[in-house]
Amino acid sequence: MTVTEREQLAYIAAQAADARVNLEIETDEGMTLNLGPQHPATHGTLRLIAKLDGEQVVAAEPILGYMHRGYEKLAEVRTYPQVTTLINRIDWLGSFANEVPFILAAEQLMEVEAPPRAQWIRTILFELSRIANISLFLGDMAVQIGATTPVFFAFRDREYVLNQIERVTGGRFHPNFDRIGGLKDDLPKGWIEETRGAMDRMRRFCDEMEDLVAGNEIFQARTRGIGIIPGDVALAYGLSGANLRGSGVDWDLRRDLPCGLVYDQVDWRVWTHPDGDSYSRFWVRLQETREACHIVDQLLDNIPAGPVMAKVPRIIKVPAGEAYVATENPLGVMGYYIVSKGDLVPFRVKIRSASFSNISICPWVLKGVFVPDIIAILGSLYFILGDIDR
Amino acid sequence: MTEVPEHLLKKAAEARARREAAATAAAPEPAEGDAGTTTAVAEPEEEVVETDEQAEAALAALADGLGDMLVDSHIEPRRGLWIRVDPARWVPAVTAVRDALDCRFFDWLSVIDWMPSPYGRELDTEQDSAEPREAAPMEWGYTGGDTRFQVMCRIHSVTRHIGVMIKADLADEDPRVETLVPVFPGANWHEREAMEMFGVAFDGHPDVRKLYLPGAFEGYPLRKDYPLLSRRMKPWPGIVDVELMPGEDS
Repeated sequence: MTVTEREQLAYIAAQAADARVNLEIETDEGMTLNLGPQHPATHGTLRLIAKLDGEQVVAAEPILGYMHRGYEKLAEVRTYPQVTTLINRIDWLGSFANEVPFILAAEQLMEVEAPPRAQWIRTILFELSRIANISLFLGDMAVQIGATTPVFFAFRDREYVLNQIERVTGGRFHPNFDRIGGLKDDLPKGWIEETRGAMDRMRRFCDEMEDLVAGNEIFQARTRGIGIIPGDVALAYGLSGANLRGSGVDWDLRRDLPCGLVYDQVDWRVWTHPDGDSYSRFWVRLQETREACHIVDQLLDNIPAGPVMAKVPRIIKVPAGEAYVATENPLGVMGYYIVSKGDLVPFRVKIRSASFSNISICPWVLKGVFVPDIIAILGSLYFILGDIDR
Repeated sequence: MTEVPEHLLKKAAEARARREAAATAAAPEPAEGDAGTTTAVAEPEEEVVETDEQAEAALAALADGLGDMLVDSHIEPRRGLWIRVDPARWVPAVTAVRDALDCRFFDWLSVIDWMPSPYGRELDTEQDSAEPREAAPMEWGYTGGDTRFQVMCRIHSVTRHIGVMIKADLADEDPRVETLVPVFPGANWHEREAMEMFGVAFDGHPDVRKLYLPGAFEGYPLRKDYPLLSRRMKPWPGIVDVELMPGEDS
């Protein structure tokens, strides 16, 4: 057996490359690994610094603030209707859901209630934005683990939902459609039937994802037992949404604290998973997407007739008081604490965004994991940068 | 500082004139209709006092656990439960609330600056005034208050489905309070944010670096006396937005 010169050289080069990497990893001080601020696995500009001992993470810390836009300060100099334009951009994949808790809090202070039809359409759009948001996660999680196909499926099928949102609101990502006292407009003609078609499509997409990703052996090997968060820890860190339900805590604001949305009118269930690992978070989100299609289907069947806007003054002055409304958004619990002094502008708005709390567990959960698991865990915690930095 | 564009000023003046005209037109109305509707107006509406049994029960349970740490409380029916506690015993008070109501979910923590903004922030000010005005007297929200800053946190029970908003006064000079991190590790980032945004110190906090802002940043942006520079540079778009549509009068 003869070895060509070319093969010999290739072998030597490979050995040298390995040696260099080993040398770096084996230094006494350990190694510092910097992920981001721009990295395919960070959904934006999150930066993560991990101190390594060999392949293991000794300490990891997210660095925030690359996208801080100061919405809490800006909201203090904008009228209530203007604030919705800002808060659309917090979680940009499920924008409509951002507006709802703010509008509900303002409605509580004004003691207005949206007419039934508006409440139903609100709930439908709320769930549609959940489907649009989470379906992208399902593909995205897989691409972070290393499977590129699902993300194309996700982008392809999400279009059907975005098109439906666009047909009602005129905006694919930033609808700015919710108003104090109701909605800007009624549904366009033929929309209900089209949405049914889109829901069929999304249900097929969920089945596809279940086969392609959740049932995949490699995916399971990469996520099962990785990044386990017990329920108690999750609660103390303020985790919410699928991250909490993936840890076995059966708590969903849609069911437990319904507020202005009509979830009590439909037959649905809350999915939980007892394991608390990356796989369970993925699995819960997958089931929730399917459940959301189910909710939308039922709501489409019997939208009440009537106006979509209550009688509210054109110039909105919100009476003095304080209100906090939180809803179960695609990413978790999102709430707005509004302090009003009876002015045109809020005195103070505190935005409680889901990803901020969800990602604050990073130093805890990343301690002791191996480098490739960092990506699996970050992916499964699912955050949107705008939702962290606000 | 840039000039306010002429057309915006004109629009604002028109809107103001219209509103004043509407106000004067609306004022004598009750007097005219007085004779006809006296009986309807005079009849006192039966006041329905709304109650929130869940919140009442929770407050009763809290009063036991908190004792004299509880300074004030407020229940807004169907909206929630507010309490104000003794700032010197902030951590024991929050812990007591957690234990009394099984509030294991840490929702959020923040600070409210109750001082009215010393810069122009009314509808008709196109720009913030460059010089701070004399501050208007402070008005506090639910459960009252005595100081400019109040720290506030919300914890929630996932079993009883009730959340409690807990407030505490902070000293005007050098506001500081004990950290909640040993009780709720999730308070870590919330407190770091409050530190850099309001200049409130959290004693015993394990990591006092800035969270969002660059390390050399000076000032506390969410305090009311921190000017919003964009409002100084450009007119506020708000005056365009709130003017009346043709034919509308309310």
